[in-house]
Amino acid sequence: MATIKLEDLVKTYGDVEVLHNLNGNIQDGEFVVVVGPSGCGKSTLLRMIAGLEKITSGKISIGDKTVNDLEPADRDIAMVFQNYALYPHMSVRQNMGYGLKIRKIEKQEIERRVLEAAEILGISEYLDRKPRQLSGGQRQRVAMGRAIVRDPQVFLFDEPLSNLDAKLRVQMRLEIRKLQKRLNVTSIYVTHDQVEAMTLGDRLMVLNDGVVEQFGTPIELYDHPETIFVAGFIGSPSMNFIPADCSEKSISLCNGKKINKSLKHKGKVSIGIRPEHLEEDKKGNIRIVIQMVEQLGSNSLLHGTLEDTDIEIVASLSGHVTAEAGSIVSFSAKETNIHVFNPDTEKRLG
Amino acid sequence: MLKRVHFPTSPLPYFLVAPQVIITLIFFIWPATQAVYQSFLIEDAFGMSTEFVWFENFVYLATDEIYLDSFGRTILFSICVAFLSMFLALILAGFADRVIKGTTTYRTLLIWPYAVAPVLAGALWVFMFNPTLGIFPYLLEFVGVDWNHYLNGSQAMSLVIIAAAWKQIAYNFLFYLAAMQSIPRSLIDAAAIDGAGPIRRFFDHIFPMISPTTFFLLVINAVYAFFDTFGIIHAITQGGPANATSILVYKVYNDGFVGLDLGGSAAQSVILMFLVVAMTIVQFRYIERRVEY
Repeated sequence: MATIKLEDLVKTYGDVEVLHNLNGNIQDGEFVVVVGPSGCGKSTLLRMIAGLEKITSGKISIGDKTVNDLEPADRDIAMVFQNYALYPHMSVRQNMGYGLKIRKIEKQEIERRVLEAAEILGISEYLDRKPRQLSGGQRQRVAMGRAIVRDPQVFLFDEPLSNLDAKLRVQMRLEIRKLQKRLNVTSIYVTHDQVEAMTLGDRLMVLNDGVVEQFGTPIELYDHPETIFVAGFIGSPSMNFIPADCSEKSISLCNGKKINKSLKHKGKVSIGIRPEHLEEDKKGNIRIVIQMVEQLGSNSLLHGTLEDTDIEIVASLSGHVTAEAGSIVSFSAKETNIHVFNPDTEKRLG
Repeated sequence: MLKRVHFPTSPLPYFLVAPQVIITLIFFIWPATQAVYQSFLIEDAFGMSTEFVWFENFVYLATDEIYLDSFGRTILFSICVAFLSMFLALILAGFADRVIKGTTTYRTLLIWPYAVAPVLAGALWVFMFNPTLGIFPYLLEFVGVDWNHYLNGSQAMSLVIIAAAWKQIAYNFLFYLAAMQSIPRSLIDAAAIDGAGPIRRFFDHIFPMISPTTFFLLVINAVYAFFDTFGIIHAITQGGPANATSILVYKVYNDGFVGLDLGGSAAQSVILMFLVVAMTIVQFRYIERRVEY
């Protein structure tokens, strides 16, 4: 168990800098999810922590030790890969015990720990099988088993669920969460799936183009997104953005309608409202020309454009809501649910 | 129901495969049947009379000590060539797989020997090991080795083994490198995290995972050593000294075209033909096995 410290981390490939001055502290036993779109540098970051990629500059510490120059084997970490990376020529038992065998641990001790891990993961019956005789979910468990028998200080997960089908993914997600709480090992989990990120992480590090956009708890990210990117990335369907003008007293949308939100700022802003925070309100000033309605059963998604503009808006209302295409529906939103951003710096204003 | 595509019948496909079929018939099937027929004949050295003797040529070979010696020598030669060239190719591929800068240069250089014609390869080694002119005998003298492969049978054998293996390294290297590069990177990463160093990774993971390639190359190399090394041996030792490097293919040539024992030579080539058929069957039978990553 250990804390992880990232200080001014930079990674370049040739002339291309993929990570820019990355900082972050991860507490002992914390489950941190690094989330971002493809190519944002999240896997690179994980591989740097694992020691599989060289660090261009900056410092990584695990516990009190700087690990920059340590081999992966000496960092006391375990990693679960996206394609599981099981050794195809070894049985499940050998796969799980391999790391211990290399560390010259006694045979009985290896056997005991493999059995224990297999018990936890429910793969005891498959110990003598080869990886190719297992299903995707079972392989995933073996990969996790290989990580936990080692009893490392840190778990690293590199999109471990993205090769599984949707149902299994939800199930394994829960299991990973439970397992991590039970073992209480500091973990870093990389994914591009924001739902996975929200449900798994104690804290989320949102990465975009090699920069940390925000590092906080899922609720913080949802309620107080610091940048337009985070606001748009977290939550599904994603947040609606409307250009607006801000004066000392009020904010008026680009179609001239005023909304009630007070903010000490003057000039152009971008306001963001989540689809689920739009409330049907006959007197509301957010008037939307409906184009179509998606029925999801528990809620309905109303797609349309802001009146007199072609800005697309999605509203999520609970229950079965019907609306004619072309009709106008009025909405309002609570002041606390209206986020205001500076359109130039993309930073939060209030 | 499977939908099949039907083409209107036309003579075009037959015309297209005809050249290959004709070449196969003229240069492979016809000589092979001739060889089988000839192996049942005994002919006098002047070609004046022939006698049909059924299996007498084969019976003679089975009891001929020179032939049986040659058989043993060929097996020794093949094992040495296959082992030496595969071993060196494996080491080279292992290193080339880890090289990051200048990969193409390394690979190109390593593949070159394959493009050298066998006779030229033989000539090259003859020059280097010529007892009076060559650089290697000169150097070997310093460590007290008196090199003369024209007189010393085992030295002659070593030389043809080295020359034959050298030429085959490039081929083996290509296959080994391709096999190593098809191993998913994450597997090697996982092994590194599990604590295995480069050498341990090689023996625990890379080598077992490329075992199908090893098996394939074993068959290919055996076939190569049995049948394709004629040029090298002809250029270096002409089968000598005292038949020390006269492997089966060389003996076929020597008995038939030098010794003019056409029937005996034909019988030997029929035996070789069955050997290559057997090896090909082994290869086709087992080569389809693949490791799943």
